[in-house]
Amino acid sequence: MKICCCIKQVPGTTEVKINPETNTLVREGVETQINPFDLYALEEAVRVKERMTAAGDPSTVTVITMGPPQAEDALREAISLGADDAVLLCDRAVAGSDTWCTSYTLACGLKKLNADLVFCGMQAIDGDTGQVGPAIAVHMDTAQAAYLAEISDINGSEMTARRLTEEGYEVVKVKLPAVVTVVKEINEPRTPSLRGKMAAKKAQITVWSAADIEADVDKVGLKGSPTQVVKIMTPPGRGGGDKFEGETEELADKLFDTLKTMEVI
Amino acid sequence: MSIFVTPDKCVGCGVCVGSCGNGAIEMKDNVPVFDLEKCIMCGACVQACPCEAITIDAGKSAADDLSAYKGVWVFGEQRDGKAAEVVFELIGIGRKLADDRNTDLSVVILGDNIDEAVEKIAAYPVDKIYVCKDKSLANYDAERYCKVLTEVVREYKPEILLAGATTTGRSFMSGVAINLYTGLTADCTGLAIGEDGLLQQTRPAYGGNIMATILCPYTRPQMATVRHKVFPISPKRESGAAEIINVSPKAELLTSRSEILDFIADMSEKVNIVDADIIISGGRGLGCPENFAVVRELADEIGAAVGASRAAVDAGWIPYAHQVGQTGKTVCPKLYIACGISGAVQHLAGMSSSDTIIAINKDKNAPIFDVADYGFVGDVLEILPLVVKKIKAARGL
Repeated sequence: MKICCCIKQVPGTTEVKINPETNTLVREGVETQINPFDLYALEEAVRVKERMTAAGDPSTVTVITMGPPQAEDALREAISLGADDAVLLCDRAVAGSDTWCTSYTLACGLKKLNADLVFCGMQAIDGDTGQVGPAIAVHMDTAQAAYLAEISDINGSEMTARRLTEEGYEVVKVKLPAVVTVVKEINEPRTPSLRGKMAAKKAQITVWSAADIEADVDKVGLKGSPTQVVKIMTPPGRGGGDKFEGETEELADKLFDTLKTMEVI
Repeated sequence: MSIFVTPDKCVGCGVCVGSCGNGAIEMKDNVPVFDLEKCIMCGACVQACPCEAITIDAGKSAADDLSAYKGVWVFGEQRDGKAAEVVFELIGIGRKLADDRNTDLSVVILGDNIDEAVEKIAAYPVDKIYVCKDKSLANYDAERYCKVLTEVVREYKPEILLAGATTTGRSFMSGVAINLYTGLTADCTGLAIGEDGLLQQTRPAYGGNIMATILCPYTRPQMATVRHKVFPISPKRESGAAEIINVSPKAELLTSRSEILDFIADMSEKVNIVDADIIISGGRGLGCPENFAVVRELADEIGAAVGASRAAVDAGWIPYAHQVGQTGKTVCPKLYIACGISGAVQHLAGMSSSDTIIAINKDKNAPIFDVADYGFVGDVLEILPLVVKKIKAARGL
């Protein structure tokens, strides 16, 4: 089985600052990381690979991202965590893509890879949209399932999985090829092995341009994106309110009164 | 696509140089020069420029006749024939947007046994309800819902389409936007009609540290998913009635490559924290899983849902479905009570937009107090049982 995992390189923290003079994000000196949710997606991809291979279907995991040349770091880290190879979709033409164009570009790359099963994290911690995974499925015209918390059964043609929804879990059977997104509950990611680290160092990262994946240049980048960001700002801070210290009894009285004033009691 | 400076407007201040995250701008003779090898056309400098001297020309214009699109639509999400609460919030804000655009407000609902839901929705100030009924639509299926809604939108051409930013709305609206080649803005917390008639969609990003306003200028409909509990529930209609339009989806749209085998409701406790008006969350400060009982007890007394910090979930004290924060759920209840939670940025990202926040923590310097409206410096394990006792006493128990 050809398993793919989409990852995104995101800032190491979301505690971003806006330069008050320029009203833009301060990007200098910001460390990067693999989007936390993508680590669960990658781990699950590697687990499915191990399961399929053990069951007699030799499988591989290819990790793919779209980004600047620096995103190669994230791909190497993914290899240290069990991916077999990595693809970087890197082209100035795709810069400024919104979720429509990002999912389109990734789908073009995944089609070229002939992916049977694509894993994505439920959302990225910078954009917080959660739209790219399900959108890839529609671009690729495959089955899809979002917010997976468990893959209970999988073979070459279908899988049974549990989706986390607001009210509980939905058990779904999904035909392959498919694109799925995962929540944190699905597994506990491994730490890189020594062998993985060696592999990461040696790995040849494949770099594809928009032309390599036959992406229509009118459908990528700022030009292809239906949405436009017109303003960014930092929300006004809440600031702390009243702070009470004292004896436990006093505090309990005060909390009781507070709840009562709010009419929750 | 190109980026250029209007020299008459530029005052040579150099603010744009610092705004560029890619080092693509240099000042030459007091005018910025762009290194097109480095520039990614992100627009940061356009926003930074105090003189509006920088322009990015995306070379875009509307491909379609946008005036053919009219009306504001709300997706009538339902489960087991019951309309989701967020639908009535969307009717509230949708009504306002429709009035501002001087147009109709409609709800589109997909399902099977949905007469009751339709009747309930009709009691609110909507002009039309588009009803797509089929057995295969009874339960949410991403593929089917995506295809059917795409087709209905193509036929009736709404100008604006809103859905709740629920697991359902977030996962299938994205596909609808792909099919229609239009923009979808996720998890909006602000919606307004601008002077130009466009929908201004404001949403948090970077865990709420940034608010971004987004437009969808050249394609229709302008689509957004909207965060639950941000907009108030609409008042019911005072007069008139909603026109019901039955839409029969074509058979070929009702196929899917996935099927629902079972639904396991989480009956153990009120786990749908996103829906709750009051949430009490426990963190590392509780010390051990057994101490969650203290939190649960107060939750039961005041009808709250139980949340948790990542630390408590990672320690295995409580299931992941309860986790509030960056890698858990984003909530905005009327009241959030943080018990023994220090308030790491990742946690704050998930709850700092709550209406009122109460925090109880031993450490008076805990960052949670920076966002709390009422902070109590003390031991949560001692304070909460006393409060529960008082509540019971007050109720004469």
